[in-house]
Amino acid sequence: MGLTAESTGLGAVDNGLVIRKEDPGDRVIALAGNPNVGKSTVFNELTGLKQHTGNWPGKTVTNAQGRYLHNGRGYVMVDIPGTYSLLAHSAEEEVARDFICFGNPDAVVVVCDATCLERNMNLVLQTIEITPNVVVCVNLMDEAAKKHIRIDFEQLSQNLGVPVVGTSARSRRGLDELMECVERVADGKQAAAPMKVRYNSYIEAAIGMVEPVLQGRIGDRINTRWAALKLIDADPSLVQSLTDFLGADPFEDDEVAQAVETARRYLAGEGLDEEHLRDSVVSCLVLGAESVCADAVFFEDRAYNERDRKIDYLLTSKWTGIPVMLLLLAGIFWLTITGANYPSQLLSDGLFWVQDRLTDLFTALNAPEWLHGALVLGVYRVLAWVVAVMLPPMAIFFPLFTLLEDAGYLPRVAFNLDRGFKKCRACGKQALTMCLVAGRAFLILPR
Amino acid sequence: MNENTITLYRVPEGKTAKVHSLQSTGSMRRRLQDIGLIEGTDVRCLQRSPAGDPVAYLIRGAVIALRSEDSSQILVSL
Repeated sequence: MGLTAESTGLGAVDNGLVIRKEDPGDRVIALAGNPNVGKSTVFNELTGLKQHTGNWPGKTVTNAQGRYLHNGRGYVMVDIPGTYSLLAHSAEEEVARDFICFGNPDAVVVVCDATCLERNMNLVLQTIEITPNVVVCVNLMDEAAKKHIRIDFEQLSQNLGVPVVGTSARSRRGLDELMECVERVADGKQAAAPMKVRYNSYIEAAIGMVEPVLQGRIGDRINTRWAALKLIDADPSLVQSLTDFLGADPFEDDEVAQAVETARRYLAGEGLDEEHLRDSVVSCLVLGAESVCADAVFFEDRAYNERDRKIDYLLTSKWTGIPVMLLLLAGIFWLTITGANYPSQLLSDGLFWVQDRLTDLFTALNAPEWLHGALVLGVYRVLAWVVAVMLPPMAIFFPLFTLLEDAGYLPRVAFNLDRGFKKCRACGKQALTMCLVAGRAFLILPR
Repeated sequence: MNENTITLYRVPEGKTAKVHSLQSTGSMRRRLQDIGLIEGTDVRCLQRSPAGDPVAYLIRGAVIALRSEDSSQILVSL
């Protein structure tokens, strides 16, 4: 199993997703989460695949799939796009929502960042609104430990009504427990009583007008409370997905259309027009996330944060930000140039020794001079030069750059340079690309 | 506009302000709400970038950089 052209190509979004089970008994697990929480690392560690992980949001443009075995059963893990929300403000969110809602996964794992759990809870709450079969994976526990953040998993799990597991996917810590939890949830052995997000009384009343109508119709296939709210909210992308899923436009059913219309009119009468309704929904989710974390997440060392800020100050302040950045980049280039000389020399000596042997061979075979010229002096020699000159600096430059990326320095570079880049109608993130281009440009400079 | 409110962009470094309302619309409004910026949220201005824009803010435990065009659409009270 691996990534195929269809599963990674752009078409995967529109063409619907084909789950590749190797065994009919395989469970399907959706892997959701905010961008940048180590979701791909969890995916790779569990499935043994090498999906590229990166520091920019939206790495997972389309669904990637992998499989792992646990207690003799296969689990097909579907990596859905990283999103902050399922309210479908973007194509990624739509894909994520549609898979969780209509893809019929046996369980959904929501990966969270332990260092800013409250923000991640927004997505968790939206997920448990759709399905009760959720396991919350609080990842980056190692980072949280460094920042002296303590999390009471039992309390958190009690608040949410779904199992919560702490992991550090990079070092595989907690992944066994995660697989255990996923097994229990997928087998239906975990009695889930997910917390209900409480909306304000007007919204609750409106939901109450629509939900009973839906219950008899689609209650067995979809969470009606959630669907009711989405229909009232007139989310066109969801109505489309729902139509595809049910095989009929829900609004074609007169009773449904009427109930939704009544609820909307009621809300409008209470001053909650479309825009206000969405604001209220989001506010309730944010406040819900706040209350879920209030008695479960503790920041034990404020001083650490202060130290963190001081380093940030050095890296991004008005007077030191740019000089420190230039020094760091200069250091990297210097290391690359100096460090590459020796292996370059070695490589070219070796490769040209082989060229001489090739020449000997051609002479021994009495090959015509033009053939020797074309193949040995042409093709081989050029290749040897390119490899000898380019390979060592690349082998030094890119790992060094990766170090900077892992240390979290690149977002700071983006922060420093955003203004300048914006003036050229670009954004600070592109600084990363520019650095890589600069690195490559320097690699092919004649020496 | 209430006279006690200023835009988030004008909050000085190191000061914490409370969100009064968002004036941004459309997808930027949604994005801001997704990161937890709603009425009543505490926002601390951490640091300006070398060019003075964007500015880094501490919002619900996460450090987030906002450009002036966006932060000047957020009304806060100090």
